[in-house]
Amino acid sequence: MKKLTLLIIGLILTSSFIFAAKNITLKGSDTLLILGQKWAEIYMKKNPGTVIQVTGGGSGVGIAALINGTTDIAQASRPMKDKEKENVLEKRGVGANEIPVALDGITVYVNEKNPVGKLTFAQLKDIFQAKITNWKQVGGKDSRIILYGRENSSGTHVFFKEHVLNNEDYAVSVQPLPGTAAIVNAVAQDEKGIGYGGVAYAKGVKEILIAKDEKSGYYPPTMENIISGKYPISRYLFWYTAGTPKGEVKKLIDWILSPEGQKLVEEAGYFPLPKEKSK
Amino acid sequence: MKNRTTVFQKAEKQELSLRYKRRGRVKEWFIEKFILLNATLAIVAIILIFVFVGKEALPVFTSPEVQKEANLGEFFLPQKYSPDSSPNIIWQPVSQRPKYSVIPLIIGTLKATIVAMLFAIPLAVAAAIFTSEFAPNRLKEIIKPVIELLAGIPSVVLGFFALIVMASFLQSVFDFTFRLNAINAGIALGLAVIPIIYTVSEDSLNAVPKQYREASLALGATRWQTAIKVALPAALPGIFAGIVLGFGRAVGETMIVLMASGNAAIVSWNFGESIRTLSATIAAELGEVVFGSPHYHALFFLGALLFVVTFIINFSGALYVEKLKAKLTGAKR
Repeated sequence: MKKLTLLIIGLILTSSFIFAAKNITLKGSDTLLILGQKWAEIYMKKNPGTVIQVTGGGSGVGIAALINGTTDIAQASRPMKDKEKENVLEKRGVGANEIPVALDGITVYVNEKNPVGKLTFAQLKDIFQAKITNWKQVGGKDSRIILYGRENSSGTHVFFKEHVLNNEDYAVSVQPLPGTAAIVNAVAQDEKGIGYGGVAYAKGVKEILIAKDEKSGYYPPTMENIISGKYPISRYLFWYTAGTPKGEVKKLIDWILSPEGQKLVEEAGYFPLPKEKSK
Repeated sequence: MKNRTTVFQKAEKQELSLRYKRRGRVKEWFIEKFILLNATLAIVAIILIFVFVGKEALPVFTSPEVQKEANLGEFFLPQKYSPDSSPNIIWQPVSQRPKYSVIPLIIGTLKATIVAMLFAIPLAVAAAIFTSEFAPNRLKEIIKPVIELLAGIPSVVLGFFALIVMASFLQSVFDFTFRLNAINAGIALGLAVIPIIYTVSEDSLNAVPKQYREASLALGATRWQTAIKVALPAALPGIFAGIVLGFGRAVGETMIVLMASGNAAIVSWNFGESIRTLSATIAAELGEVVFGSPHYHALFFLGALLFVVTFIINFSGALYVEKLKAKLTGAKR
């Protein structure tokens, strides 16, 4: 009887050890969800036996999971806040490790039927703060502007606020939707709508050309424009681990930063890291 | 001899039945305790949830650190958010200057609930009257399960339907500026509430004694008069109880409003504008919030608020139903 229990305990321990070694969880940003899934799919095909689970929920959710130790890697579309870094150190005993994995431009979408095709940075800020409320004011039809955004758990929400709104508040009338896909869907159905989100999701709606100011030209969110910085709203996408990555996790990270992994970044519609960043 | 055997048999029988009884009692004792345990567990679980929500909401009243950002004044009174602006009410907890006014959220919840009830009560009560008073049996057997099936539709599905299909339809008909708005969310909520009101109303209409109707018909009243003037008033307490239950569901329902309401916390009484409800706010923000921050405790305060509101509604509803019943039965009990 004793032997049997020992055997069972031993089995459970070893099996959990094996699973712990081969199971990697990715959690966080909805922007990175598609890319994360793509990476996971190809990596699992090349390394049978490794299981990678990818879930979304927003950057904040992923980072919270990293703090609580329920994920190996947090995907984030914004850098971690200082408070969050402190929390990781406090709860996990090791510091947070930041790995930029891709570049992303924030695209501003309007309905395909909307005649407005370009905006300046300042106009964009005024629109999302409801200082400009009619499309007529930016050269469109005479109709109210309906704003779509992301919930405040989203890295995209925070990024847009920090970079476009100068860290001032959004207008109260911004309708937060769960996920960039929902915004694209909403704008596609709403002629008066405007929304923002990752480039990879932009299907069925029109992308707005953005200018830094009136003198500089208007640029679309293409790879050259984003890498050269001519398109003004771009950001790094990150992976976070608690402490320096080891074992399977390290292997995965090395692979996604390799030319092969970075090629998938392009396929998913994002932009690979500039050469010097991916050491 | 004969007598003797019967006496013996009787004694034997008695002993047997006693033994059965005793065994039965032991079994019964176990069953009773098992049921008691279940009931206690259910009650304890509810109390624990209440204690947990209360405990997490408490720092809003006690912790000075939390109160710096989130306190009763911030929740309920207009605040000057910047020195040069006039006092305002805004819910915007993620900001340089966090804004925690719950008034926009309460207005949003009310707007959605009002639309839901205006939509659901007439439909559900009318359907209940039709099935119990007018419909032939065969039709009744179809209508009843179909409406009750509506209660089995997951709220996500209802919400998704409202988000994709109903919103476009309503906008094309009424030309709303906001595609997702209080009316859209309210009607979707109404769909979730209808089966509750319908089922309870139908049951209480059925419970009205047959003699009432027979007497009314015998006096020469039409079927319509009988239904409206006799059956309906007699069933009113039950119908009202159904409405109260439905109201509670509408106030607390989360997924439908999260998907169909647009979630912008706009302060206005225009039903064509987007709303943000208490429950949707908790659902949308609790996943992200920094554990132990003022925002976190403020969200639990919203939860406690929701709990108290539904409790008061259900409680006063129950009281009113009792009063109504007493009035209708002559208050002799």
